[in-house]
Amino acid sequence: MSMRTLPLLFLNLGGEMLYILDQRLRAQNIPGDKARRDEWTEVDRKRVLHDIISTMFNKNFIEELFKPQELYSKKALRTIYDRLAHASIMRLNQASMDKLYDLMTMALKYQVLLCPRPKDVLLVTFNHLDAIKGFIRDNPALVHLVDETSQQLIEAYGGLSAGEFQLIRQTLLTFFQDLHIRVSIFLKDKVQNSNGRFVLPVSGPVPWETEVPGLIRMFDHKGKEVKRTEFRHGGNYIAALKEGSFELYGDRVLKLGTNMYSANRPVETHTSGASKNLASQSQQSIAPNPLAKEELNFLAKLMGGMEIRKPSGPEPGFRLNLFTTDEEEEQAALTRPEELPHEVVNIQATQDQQRNQELARIMGEFEVTDQPRWSASKGDDLLAMMDEL
Amino acid sequence: MFRRERSIPLRGSAAALCNNLSVLQLPVHNLTHFGVVHGPSAQLVSAAPEGVPLAQRQLHAKERAGVSLPLITQVHWCVLPFRILLVLTSHRGIQYRLCLPEELLPVATSSVWVRGPRAGHWEVLEYKGTWSGRVLVFDVPAKGPNIVLSEELAGHLTSVTDIASEHAQEQDCIADMVTADDSGLLCVWRSGPEFKLLTRIPGFGYSLRPRTPLYTSGS
Repeated sequence: MSMRTLPLLFLNLGGEMLYILDQRLRAQNIPGDKARRDEWTEVDRKRVLHDIISTMFNKNFIEELFKPQELYSKKALRTIYDRLAHASIMRLNQASMDKLYDLMTMALKYQVLLCPRPKDVLLVTFNHLDAIKGFIRDNPALVHLVDETSQQLIEAYGGLSAGEFQLIRQTLLTFFQDLHIRVSIFLKDKVQNSNGRFVLPVSGPVPWETEVPGLIRMFDHKGKEVKRTEFRHGGNYIAALKEGSFELYGDRVLKLGTNMYSANRPVETHTSGASKNLASQSQQSIAPNPLAKEELNFLAKLMGGMEIRKPSGPEPGFRLNLFTTDEEEEQAALTRPEELPHEVVNIQATQDQQRNQELARIMGEFEVTDQPRWSASKGDDLLAMMDEL
Repeated sequence: MFRRERSIPLRGSAAALCNNLSVLQLPVHNLTHFGVVHGPSAQLVSAAPEGVPLAQRQLHAKERAGVSLPLITQVHWCVLPFRILLVLTSHRGIQYRLCLPEELLPVATSSVWVRGPRAGHWEVLEYKGTWSGRVLVFDVPAKGPNIVLSEELAGHLTSVTDIASEHAQEQDCIADMVTADDSGLLCVWRSGPEFKLLTRIPGFGYSLRPRTPLYTSGS
């Protein structure tokens, strides 16, 4: 496992989350003067994105993120995004949050799998960060924060060898292994098959610094070329024109990681394929994770650095629906399989009084209001709160 | 030329790694063994003729207690004249299993990528964080667990991507190993008490004439 994978995973998944939320908020946009109190306006949309981005790129949080560490489990990572999505006035119910997370993970899996070179996952990350800066371009302080994170990426990853990127790629793909949720935007574009597997292209540019295949040359032991033959490979490859930029600003060339959602394309997932995966996932969750204790400590430390702004004043929580209608969302909530990871999780961990108080204090600092699920008092320890997820 | 036989389902999916399939054919026993990497485990399947699956099992790289299992980068059957070894490589090192009986033989602490056997010796490329381009040659004895590193060949400056070898028995056959690296360089070696670098062949920079580009209108 590579110990440098978490920043790439977090930033790219966060970027995908913002693309999806932006698209859904635009789709539910109501002109400001006509909006009722509980309907979304352009101002609200910008505010939600602003709040989430400022939480995501909080200095302390990013500092913790970049420390070399193992990847978190899927449950732990899902918790972070639950928190992040609720860092604004927006509220998502569980069904919508599940759908959001499915879309995020499948999109990133697609991007990592299709990167021409392992190093190109860095270009995917820069694409996300460039787009994030676009969402908040009228806020120079926030843009600066994002730029600082880009700078940290360049420093942390700029000097890594091809082998280290290969290991990072493998660590990421192992995280996504066996996820085959069908996403309708991928199905429509024919980049995903109906069995949930992605289509690998056989045309287009070859990776940078790679030859277009088709030629076989034979040499003798002295190094003299003695024969040439050509072969047909059935693909339609062209040479790569230029390399993407790994600087703070520049043409990334690669399109993976750019925003594929637009206001005109409704985004859906089919979750019927998910039930088969859950059988294997629930097997994982039942077996006690020996590193669970470590993970919770890291998680608490990480989220301790996450500044969650509480909504000021008597505003209602604005609810966002990721489905087309409210009825669909209710239906999805009813048919959610029982084994979904956020049900009761049995974690074997010792009850360290002092540590639990510290963890509880950190958790208490970002408890948000108007969340009936979190009715437990601030004194409850972290494990009990995890059990409620 | 080829006929498709019955498919063999694996319990777990295959990891998206290059060359992620190793096949061992044992005609004497009428068996074929397959090895595929899936995350931190290697899946081994035995099949009878016509692809009838017989047995499946999973192997993990052994680790000290409390340490998380490493991701396996390659699983490979190595057929030597006198024994068959199963090699598991991960970024933490290389581990061997004998076909019968099972033994664990930790060898190197550096990361390795295994390529094919060669008459009592193995060629193993080093795959460290730096991908230094060295080729490691191990000596595998006929019996016992003492696999030792016998040579380190320096000839490449970037990561080694492939090795091909053939035992040179004819008089006029001089070279018996070729290694290739990421920059397109080929190194030609001759084995002996020590390996000798015969030639370097720069292979990059040649390709078919590019096709006429298509002109499209619009963005």
